[in-house]
Amino acid sequence: MDTQTLTWIFVGASFALYIGIAIWSRAGSTSEFYVAGGHVHPVANGMATAADWMSAASFISMAGIIAFSGYDASVFLMGWTGGYVLLALLLAPYLRKFGQFTVPDFIGERYYSRAARVVAVICLIIISFTYIAGQMRGVGVVFSRFLELPIEWGVIVGMGIVFSYAVLGGMKGITYTQVAQYCVLIFAYLVPAIFISILITGNPIPQIGLGADAGGEPVLQKLDRTLVDLGFTAFTSGSKSKIDLIAITLALMVGTAGLPHVIVRFFTVPKVSDARRSAGYALVFIALLYTTAPAVGAFARLNFVESVHEKEYVAAPQWVKTWEGIGLIAWTDKNNDGVIQYGPGAPFEGRAAFTGEAGPSGERLLANTPTAAENEILVDRDIMVLANPEIANLPGWVIALVAAGGVAAALSTAAGLLLVISASISHDLLKKTFRPQITERTELLAARASAAAAILVAGYLGVNPPGFVAQVVALAFGLAAASLFPAILMGVFFKDMNREGAIAGMVAGLAVTLAYIMWFKSPWFAGLNGPENWLLGISPEGFGAVGMLVNFGVAALVARFTSPTPANVRAMVDEIRLPRGAGDAAPGH
Amino acid sequence: MNAPANEEENKKEYWRENVRLLCTLLAVWFLVSFGAGILFVDVLNAVYIGGFPLGFWFAQQGSILVFVILIFVYSARMKRIEKRLGVGDE
Repeated sequence: MDTQTLTWIFVGASFALYIGIAIWSRAGSTSEFYVAGGHVHPVANGMATAADWMSAASFISMAGIIAFSGYDASVFLMGWTGGYVLLALLLAPYLRKFGQFTVPDFIGERYYSRAARVVAVICLIIISFTYIAGQMRGVGVVFSRFLELPIEWGVIVGMGIVFSYAVLGGMKGITYTQVAQYCVLIFAYLVPAIFISILITGNPIPQIGLGADAGGEPVLQKLDRTLVDLGFTAFTSGSKSKIDLIAITLALMVGTAGLPHVIVRFFTVPKVSDARRSAGYALVFIALLYTTAPAVGAFARLNFVESVHEKEYVAAPQWVKTWEGIGLIAWTDKNNDGVIQYGPGAPFEGRAAFTGEAGPSGERLLANTPTAAENEILVDRDIMVLANPEIANLPGWVIALVAAGGVAAALSTAAGLLLVISASISHDLLKKTFRPQITERTELLAARASAAAAILVAGYLGVNPPGFVAQVVALAFGLAAASLFPAILMGVFFKDMNREGAIAGMVAGLAVTLAYIMWFKSPWFAGLNGPENWLLGISPEGFGAVGMLVNFGVAALVARFTSPTPANVRAMVDEIRLPRGAGDAAPGH
Repeated sequence: MNAPANEEENKKEYWRENVRLLCTLLAVWFLVSFGAGILFVDVLNAVYIGGFPLGFWFAQQGSILVFVILIFVYSARMKRIEKRLGVGDE
């Protein structure tokens, strides 16, 4: 069977599995729709959290980012895992004990204020939509690459699948499909990684293979030497300043802990102690992929250099031509020797524009103006994971598996995001703010309707991505770090934090972070974006850390000069701090 | 098992011990990531262990492994504290 048929079978079978699970686990009440009734086993919740968390970006892009930025990519590895320590130690157990449905629920009740709840809903919606557009796009990209469908069709199919299980099953349906999706995606990630590790180092465990010998010297030493010879900085040392590395890592850690679709997963386990344990399992499942990614990245870079540099184009491996065929690799023979030269710098100006004609070696000719750099080849870093099976000459079923894994990663994250959006609209805005008289049945209907509406918006953003989507991923983390995380943390640990302080803190943190990112990332001021213009040398990606400090500072100051927290709220905080008696989610519903 | 007068004291004691444990574990969290992975990475990179420059290993592998351990240590220690003070959820 050819690879394409196999891919259809794998992706189709995984879809059938997800829909089957959705039908089996339909939600019948708001508690089931929002938090799966609070009955999810901590290990299952850990797996679901891992799938929820690891998006198309983790699955497809991360290893590529590591391959091409080496040590500098550590900010993502530490940032996106270290956040779980904060989550497990500082937030998850208390939010579980609180026992309501959503993050704005906690903020609204703890700060005895509808305004605080609405501010939290606004933060949540901005964060979640920023994120979801990228997921739908990811589904589309996988479809177009592996099944040769237009991206739009991929997005529409993805919307249909997510619709069937998110709208029907709610959190209950999503949880069990995410467990299945985790299994698919981790298997799809590890199989090619293991084969590549064997191919390069002879060691089947990628994490150990990364330290093993390849051709007589350690992989990392060889990679450092190879890259330095070509004029790059060494793989194991970076080019970012220390303060920027710290700010980005901190913003990503705190942002991770403050992302509503991750937090809400810990509302679904039965007990407070389960919430702590479940965060540990989640991180185990995430670490399995995150510790493999650096190995995949390093191997891929080494393999890439060895396969193309100073090699005749006509003799280059087939995958180079396959990816050139869809425009993610481009080669321009500057010195007309028919040999590929690889080095630092862009090979030509702008995005690859193919003329449609073939050059003397059979390459696709480019209309772009070549640069002065010696580098002749452009490679899109996103292809590293997707091309791995081809680079390692793995059979067609592995390629099909990777396609199914990429779709699973994107769909699981999209579904989790859709759920928090719909819950915040039907529960926080309707039930708790504007229409408190609605019945549970109406609320459930509203939850389903808003999930459906959110899917349409997400699909539209996936087909017509706003030009700045890639730019604003920093926004999601920055905003979560600067708004939601400090509000929740202070709500648990500082009884003196009052309504006025929390709202002022959230608004101030949100405003400075938004302003800073917009200033440097908007198309009008893009020319200013550089270390010499950054405040203290902190890039927009890391500014969420500053936003967080602003939030804490403003909140503490305002709280000092306004009326103290009421006694009943102080008692509620005391109650939240004790694990005993967490009971079912949302008593009284 | 505890007299009511003791119970209030136990709750306070529980929170104090929780915060103390949190601070210890977060210090480790900070040291492996921001410390070994960023601030002291150059010093540690001079040491090669098992084919890895040590600082780089902490930044891309070691810190993640320590994070996992920290969460399970917290979970286990809290369970013990809760049992001792009678405030657990079992």
